[in-house]
Amino acid sequence: MPVWQLLAVFVALILLTALTVLQASLGLGNLELILSLIIATIKASLVILFFMHMIHEKPLNAIIFLSSFVFVALFIGFTLMDAAGYRDSLEYQQIDSTPPPAVEHAE
Amino acid sequence: MSAVAESPTHSHSQVTENYLFNTKGFLSWALTLDHKRIGLMYLVGVMSSFLVGGLLALLIRAELFTPGELFLNNKQFNQVFTLHGAVMVFLFIIPSVPAALGNFLVPVMLGAKDVAFPRLNLCSFYLWVGGAIFFLCALFYTGLDTGWTFYTPYSSSSEFGTMGPVVWATMGVFILGFSSIFTGLNFIVTINTMRPPGMAWFKMPLFLWATYSTSIIQVLATPVLGITVLLLAAERVLKIGIFDPHLNGDPVTYQHFFWFYSHPAVYIMILPGMGIISELMSVHSHKSIFGYRFIAYSSVAIAIFGFLVWGHHMFTAGMAEVTTVVFSALTFSVSIPSAIKVFNWLATMYKGTVYLNTPMCYALNFLFLFTIGGLTGLWLGALSTDRALHDTYFVVAHFHYVMMGGTLVAFVGGLFHWWPKMTGKMFNDLWGKISCLLVFIGFNMTFLPQFVLGSRGMPRRYARYLEEFQVLHQISTAGAFVLGAGLFVALGVLIHSLMRGRRAPNNPWGAATLEWQCTSPPPFYNFASAPSVTDPYDYLPLKYISEEEGWVYISPTKSTDPQAHPEIAKS
Amino acid sequence: MSHEHTSAHGAGHHGDGHGGHGDHGHLPFLAHHFDDPEQQFDSGKLGIWIFLVTEVLFFSGMFCAYSLYRSRNPEVFMFASQFLNEALGAFNTCVLLFSSLTMAWGVRCAQLRQKNGLVLCLALTLGCAAIFLGVKAVEYTHKWDIGLLPAGSYLAQPEVPVHHEGLSPWLINLSIVPGILLVAFAVWLVITFVKGDKRMSEIAGTLLATAACYFLGVFVGLKFQEAEASSSAHAAHEISVEHDGDTGSHEAGVTADEHAQGQPAESATSESANDHVSGTTGTEAPLKEIEAHLVSLDAPKVVPGAPLDAMVNQKGGAGLFFSIYYCMTGVHALHIIGGMVVMVWLLVRATKDQFHEQYFGPVDYVGLYWHLVDLIWIYLFPLLYLIK
Ligand SMILES: [Cu+2]
Repeated sequence: MPVWQLLAVFVALILLTALTVLQASLGLGNLELILSLIIATIKASLVILFFMHMIHEKPLNAIIFLSSFVFVALFIGFTLMDAAGYRDSLEYQQIDSTPPPAVEHAE
Repeated sequence: MSAVAESPTHSHSQVTENYLFNTKGFLSWALTLDHKRIGLMYLVGVMSSFLVGGLLALLIRAELFTPGELFLNNKQFNQVFTLHGAVMVFLFIIPSVPAALGNFLVPVMLGAKDVAFPRLNLCSFYLWVGGAIFFLCALFYTGLDTGWTFYTPYSSSSEFGTMGPVVWATMGVFILGFSSIFTGLNFIVTINTMRPPGMAWFKMPLFLWATYSTSIIQVLATPVLGITVLLLAAERVLKIGIFDPHLNGDPVTYQHFFWFYSHPAVYIMILPGMGIISELMSVHSHKSIFGYRFIAYSSVAIAIFGFLVWGHHMFTAGMAEVTTVVFSALTFSVSIPSAIKVFNWLATMYKGTVYLNTPMCYALNFLFLFTIGGLTGLWLGALSTDRALHDTYFVVAHFHYVMMGGTLVAFVGGLFHWWPKMTGKMFNDLWGKISCLLVFIGFNMTFLPQFVLGSRGMPRRYARYLEEFQVLHQISTAGAFVLGAGLFVALGVLIHSLMRGRRAPNNPWGAATLEWQCTSPPPFYNFASAPSVTDPYDYLPLKYISEEEGWVYISPTKSTDPQAHPEIAKS
Repeated sequence: MSHEHTSAHGAGHHGDGHGGHGDHGHLPFLAHHFDDPEQQFDSGKLGIWIFLVTEVLFFSGMFCAYSLYRSRNPEVFMFASQFLNEALGAFNTCVLLFSSLTMAWGVRCAQLRQKNGLVLCLALTLGCAAIFLGVKAVEYTHKWDIGLLPAGSYLAQPEVPVHHEGLSPWLINLSIVPGILLVAFAVWLVITFVKGDKRMSEIAGTLLATAACYFLGVFVGLKFQEAEASSSAHAAHEISVEHDGDTGSHEAGVTADEHAQGQPAESATSESANDHVSGTTGTEAPLKEIEAHLVSLDAPKVVPGAPLDAMVNQKGGAGLFFSIYYCMTGVHALHIIGGMVVMVWLLVRATKDQFHEQYFGPVDYVGLYWHLVDLIWIYLFPLLYLIK
């Protein structure tokens, strides 16, 4: 892995970090989550491909590592699907009734 | 361990260096990196745990002899069944076959000198010991009565105090989980990178396929158990509230987390057992295994499908309707690979030369019990029937048929099968068969009535019950003691063989897998030179030599001819 | 006896009495049970990748909890996330990314047998890790001070953020261990320097720098925190000024429901509320935004009639967010510490010049682990800090 590649990847990662901070300040609502996940995934891919040398890695190791995300998706997917199904029957309750302290700290 | 190490009858004249005696002293065992010694230490460990768990089981059954209180009050009863479950699952079944037999067998079957990471292997043994100690701490704390599943919100309720038994037990589980992960990791790497030249994937013994699939599950599922128990401990210590309904947390989520591990974990328990049976069926029928590839693929399929069905443990826990339907449907898919295996084992015996010796008797025992266990699982996987049967004795009977009738019987069968290789001693076959018969009778006496009890509505985990259930409970209790007697006979047979057993030949059963090509017990480095890899289920070149009292491999043409072994030439 | 058992477990010893395995005794780094260095490297590589798989699944549990509670109560996450210091999060992200760069560079050095380069890279990586932890310590202790704790101990937040003057006692407690290490490493460095043991002083110097980097991180964290505090104090001042003119605008009783109905009596107040929202960074502004957001979502889970902020700003609301925050970042920080420990081990071996073209496996494996830790932070940062 030549040095310029490492440096280029690093610069790209920093720029993407700046980008994700920037887009979060735009107030895009739900789009924000999707965008920041996309940016994070691009960053993750850069790290995996270059810093972790996945592009030069044996296919087996790559498959093994990437398959873990399939199982993560299974786990989170099924759990969320179930939770979404009974979510409306849950009672969201207030636990502590202590009101927030008054504004006097502002002085 | 020491019983084996210090075994005094080293009488046979043929003094060959072997792993049991090549070095002496406590430290040579405690710090060993030899997979065979580690396997043996695991064996002693898991057998001791099994003894503890088994005695607790007898305690439960004895208490249930009468509907009222006999000698355990309600709280004690809850503690005893919790400990029975937790000890059996975490300390016995999960490490039993992979860690004890697997450690011994995987490298030898591969013709390798050791596992890929011997130090990690030793580390995982001591993690197991450490986890067991944490568990015993929870035991002496007395008060862990959550069941082995640690379900919230009960386990997160304030009843146990901040650093109570739940925290100890979960830390124990966490450590044991890492022991299990490292064992699995080691086996995957060993099987992937250390196969000798000539051993292609489909030249591997089926036990290795089963171990490989098991290891995949261990690596993928156990971390989730780790984080689950860690969060549960944090729930107790820091009150994070994720699983606590008092803090708007969701206790059903805990069950998702838990069963994402624990359903695949039942395949960690049963798959290696299935691997043993594949070996035993073929060797003792003296016939090549029927449908090798199907059995191999079905092991992997079970490992993968196993991740899709965990919700069937939660049908009555408050899941969403749509999820219950999906999980119920998916659950049926797992039965396919299991059935493939059973049919292939039956077909292996067909027209084979079946030797009814002790290991084979246990294998047949397994076939019978596992089939009952598997088929009764269908009622529990089906949504409609599970609604009624959930948390009854039907479930108890079902999983004991699979876990005990399956895994334990396979484990004991495998232990008898490889005992001559591990210790260099032959056991008394007649008494071995008697133990098998006792186990069979006792087992069915114990658990068949429980199916009836469950379908009549007897809930599990109850210390007291209605008069109408008494007869069935008493049959069950009596059976449990017969079962216990059978297992003690088996233990006696093995211990007797250590002291009085005659020297084992290298290949007493006429098996063709590589471990039978080295001496019994194997030398420190297993093989002086890399063994020539042959078809693990080709029995033709093996001839019985009566003065050896064992089988000897007569290589047909010394196989320099690539035509004779085209597969070797290819790979 | 002792001789015999060392031969059984010492990876470096072979060929002493156990025939048949001494054929590669000339490669000191090759363990006895492997045939050749390639097999050893491949095994290690596969092993570490599988270990990373277990790590991914280990963290998946917390990501699962995160997505579960975020999908259930998005308004809670929006409210609570503003208590996280975005600037510090971004700074730490850059620090970790840089440490990933130095780690990758270190692997390259090991492959090329550049001993000094490797030592430098490891030292830089260790330093970055320590800075990260220092910043994290400031972030944590600040939250502990104002009651941003896991659900069970969470304290509802006042509408205008409170800021503590001076050093937090928590921070001092957390810094005891790094402080002791700092002194110990300094003493060790002096001793090795006096003894003239160059290799040891190299190690001690790196460790000393690492410990110092922790305090550098603390310093940076405090500076950022101060900047944030002064800006929000300024904003709070603005609020109080506006309050003099318009006292009625600050009712907590304004509910999402009433907003949805768009009652004319309320519209005046909410308009005037919006006026001063635009200039503030206090907790109030996001609350109003959330309210508006919820109106658009039809917010089914908020009990009608109850004040919105009280439902969110409570143990079972924001408290759960902080539970998840502490679990995720805490376990991540533990991984950082674990990574630092193995890196010290690498450092010791690197100073012995043990890594070269044929044998750089350990550096590579630790590198992979370190990148994974970085990878997890890449997701944690936007998911926790940047919720708007
Ligand atoms: Cu299941």
